[in-house]
Amino acid sequence: MNRLAIPKTYKLYIGGKFPRSESGRVYEVLSHKGDFLANAAKGSRKDARDAVVAARSALSGWAGATAYNRGQVLYRIAELLEGRRAQFVDEIVSSEGVTTAVANAQVDEAIDRWVWYAGWADKYVQVAGNANPVSGPFFNLSVPEPTGVVAIIAPQGSESLLGLVSAIAPALVAGNTVVVVANENAPLSAISLGEVLATSDVPGGVVNVVTGSPAEIAPWLASHADVNALDLVGAGDLDWVELQISAADTLKRVLPPESGADAAAPALQRILAFTELKTVWHTKAIL
Amino acid sequence: MKFLDYAPAPESQALLNLKSDYGLFINGEFTAGRGTPFQTINPATEQQIAMIATANETDVDDAVVAARHAYDGVWSRLSGSDRGKYLFRIARLVQERARELAVAETLDNGKPIKETRDVDIPLVAAWFFYYAGWADKLDHAGVGPNPASLGVAAQVIPWNFPLMMLAWKIAPALAAGNTVVLKPAETTSLTALLFAEILQQADLPAGVVNIITGDGSSGQALVNHAGVNKVAFTGSTSVGRAIARSVAGTDKRLSLELGGKGANIVFDDAPIDQAVEGIVRGIFFNQGHVCCAGSRLLVQESIHDDVIDRLKRRMQTLRLGDPLDKNTDIGAINSSEQLARIRELSELGQQEGAERWSADCVIPENGFWFAPTIFTNVTTSHRISRDEIFGPVLSVLTFRTPAEAVAKANNTPYGLSAGIWSDKGSRILAVADKLRAGVIWANTFNQFDPSSPFGGYKESGYGREGGRHGLAAYLKPAVRTGSRSIAAADHGASPVTKKSASASKKSASAEKAAK
Repeated sequence: MNRLAIPKTYKLYIGGKFPRSESGRVYEVLSHKGDFLANAAKGSRKDARDAVVAARSALSGWAGATAYNRGQVLYRIAELLEGRRAQFVDEIVSSEGVTTAVANAQVDEAIDRWVWYAGWADKYVQVAGNANPVSGPFFNLSVPEPTGVVAIIAPQGSESLLGLVSAIAPALVAGNTVVVVANENAPLSAISLGEVLATSDVPGGVVNVVTGSPAEIAPWLASHADVNALDLVGAGDLDWVELQISAADTLKRVLPPESGADAAAPALQRILAFTELKTVWHTKAIL
Repeated sequence: MKFLDYAPAPESQALLNLKSDYGLFINGEFTAGRGTPFQTINPATEQQIAMIATANETDVDDAVVAARHAYDGVWSRLSGSDRGKYLFRIARLVQERARELAVAETLDNGKPIKETRDVDIPLVAAWFFYYAGWADKLDHAGVGPNPASLGVAAQVIPWNFPLMMLAWKIAPALAAGNTVVLKPAETTSLTALLFAEILQQADLPAGVVNIITGDGSSGQALVNHAGVNKVAFTGSTSVGRAIARSVAGTDKRLSLELGGKGANIVFDDAPIDQAVEGIVRGIFFNQGHVCCAGSRLLVQESIHDDVIDRLKRRMQTLRLGDPLDKNTDIGAINSSEQLARIRELSELGQQEGAERWSADCVIPENGFWFAPTIFTNVTTSHRISRDEIFGPVLSVLTFRTPAEAVAKANNTPYGLSAGIWSDKGSRILAVADKLRAGVIWANTFNQFDPSSPFGGYKESGYGREGGRHGLAAYLKPAVRTGSRSIAAADHGASPVTKKSASASKKSASAEKAAK
C-alpha cells in the first residue's frame, strides 16, 4: 500500500516568516488540468503593507552589507535552488503542464540568472559610477546606490519561477529590498522560493512574497508612500497606466510591463533602474 | 557714503541690442505666436524690457513638427563629429557674447551681474563645450554599443538659472542626436531668445532647436504633445508630479529635476569661517532661488552660538541692490509671486515660534526684494524646515551626534543636495554615505560642473544632468537581438508601450488559448 503523502501548506513570506494572510482568505491553485493543487494565501492590502514595513526595516542592513557579501548571498540562493530543483520541477510540471525537460530548463535558467546577478553585486558600481574631472580643486565621485523599497508585480506568464527570479534578482543586487506579488495562477514556486531564500542567508524582510490577486494588491503598493520604486514587468494585463499614474504622486521610479519569453531579460539596466546616483564633491586642501 | 562703503559700479547695458518684441523660434526663424504676447520685466525696477510671444497649441505643434522634420531629415543622419562641431561652435559663440548674455540675464532675472558673469554664462559655454566632445563618443555613454537617440525632446526649464538650465537641457540632447523644443520660464525668456540668435550665427540646421515661449499652458501643451519622445523638466515638485502623471502609459522617457530642502551640516570640528562662507553661498547665492540650496542649516549644538554670531556678522556685509552693480551680492527676487510666497512662509515661521533675524539692508523702492533672513529655534516640524521656500531664508536646527544629523538631514521627502562641514575625512565619508541626496558637497556648496552628474533622490525627481549620466538620459540601447538566456545578456530590455502592451495582452491570451 502506498504511503499517504504530506501536502504542504502554502503561505506568504513576509519579514523572513511564513504567515497566513491576515485576512484569512485563500484561493485554489489548480493544475493545468484543473485538478486541485493547493490553497494559496490570498494576500490582502494589510499583508502588502506589512510586507512594505518588513522591507523597509530590512533595507539598511541589506543596503549596508558589503557588495562581496551580497554577491555571496545571491550565489547561495543559486546553490540552494540547485539542491532543491526536484521540488521546483515537480511544481512547474504540475501547475504549468510542461514536460519534465522543459521544467528542468526553466529551473536551470533561473539558477543561472541568480549566478549572473550575484556576480554583478561587486561590479555594477564600477561600471556605472564615475570619477568626474571637474574644473576646480575637488575630488568628485559619482556612485550608484539602491533606491530603497521596490514593489514588483511578477511576470504572470507561463514560466512562473523564471519570471519571478528575473524580476527580483536585479533589484536585490544593488541592495534594494523587495515586495513581490507572485504569479497569480502559478504561485507555488514563489512560495517555495521563499523557503529557499529563508535558508540562503538572505536576511528576513529583504524579499517578501505576497500571493493573491495582483489586480487587488498592486494599487496599494503603487500608492504606498514608503515604496520607492515600482516594477510593473508583470502588470501588462492590469490597468497598469492607472498604477503608473498613482505612482507619480510619490514620484516612484517605474519600470513598464514587458511581455513574452524575453520579459525581464537579464540586463545591467535592470540593476541600474533601481539605483540612485550620488555625486560627492570633496574639497582638496591647498598645499 | 560711509567709510568702506562702495561707490556704485554698474555694468554697462550699452552692449545690449534688444528688440522690443520677440517671437517664437521655430524651424530656424522667428515667428509671431498665435497667443497673446506678454511683457517681460526687470524685477529690480518693474520696467518692461520687451514683449514676448505666447505659443498656443498650434504653435507648439508647429515646433514639434519642425523638430521632427529636422530629426528625420538632418540631425539623426549627421555624423557624431559634425554634431559635435556645431556644439563647439555654439560654445565659442556663447563665450564671445558672454558679457552681453550676462547683462541680459541679470536684467531679466534680477540676479547679480557678479553671478551671471562668473557662474551662469561661463557654465553655459562649458556645458556646450563638454557635450560637444561627447557627440562622436556615444559608445562610451554607458548604454552599450551603438546607442540610439530618442527623437524629439520636449524641455521645460525654470526661471532661476534661465540660460544655464537651457544649456543643461539642450547640450546633451543635441550631442546624443535628438532635436529639441524648449520652453523657457514665463518670466525669463529673454536669454533663450538671444540664444536662438546665436544658433542662427552658428548656422545650426533649421528645426534642430525650437524655442517656444508662454506661460504654463504652453509648457503643458508641449509636454503632452504626442509627437515628443522625451520630456525633461526642471521645476517644482508639484508640476513634476503632474508631468509624471501625464506621461504615464506613453513611451515618452522622462527626466525630472524638482525641488529640494538641502541640509547643510556643520560639525564642531569644521573650519568655522569657511563654513560660514559656505552657508552664505548655500542659501544666499542667487537669492536662494536654487533647488539645491542649503536651506536647512544643521549645526552641532556646541558651536551653535558661535556659528550664528559669525553668520549674522557676515550677513551684515552682504550688499543688496542693483543687480547690475558689480558689487551687489543679493539681487532682486524674480517675481512678485515668488516674493509673496517667501513672505508668506517667513511669516508662518514666526507664527510657528521660530526666531527671525534679517540683515539690516536698505530695500530699494521699486522692484521685488527680500533681505537675507535666518530663523533660529526651528524644529523639524516647522513648515519652514519642511517646505521649499526658494528664497534667501535659512532655517537653523541643531544636533548633538552625527547619527542625529543624518536622521534630521534625511527627514524630508526631498533628496537633492546636502553639505558637510568637518575637518575629519573619515567622518565626511561616513556621513556622505548615509545621506539620501543626489549631490553632496563636502566643505563647499553649490558647485556645478558639466562633468558632474546632478539630480535627486526621492521626490526631488529622477534622472541626472551633467556628466556621462546626463548624456545617457538622451540615449537608448541598440535594439536587442538574440536569445533570452543569460549568455545573451546585454544592456537593455525593451519595455513595452501602451500600444504594444495591448498587443501583448492579445498574445498572452492566445498563449492561454493554446493551452
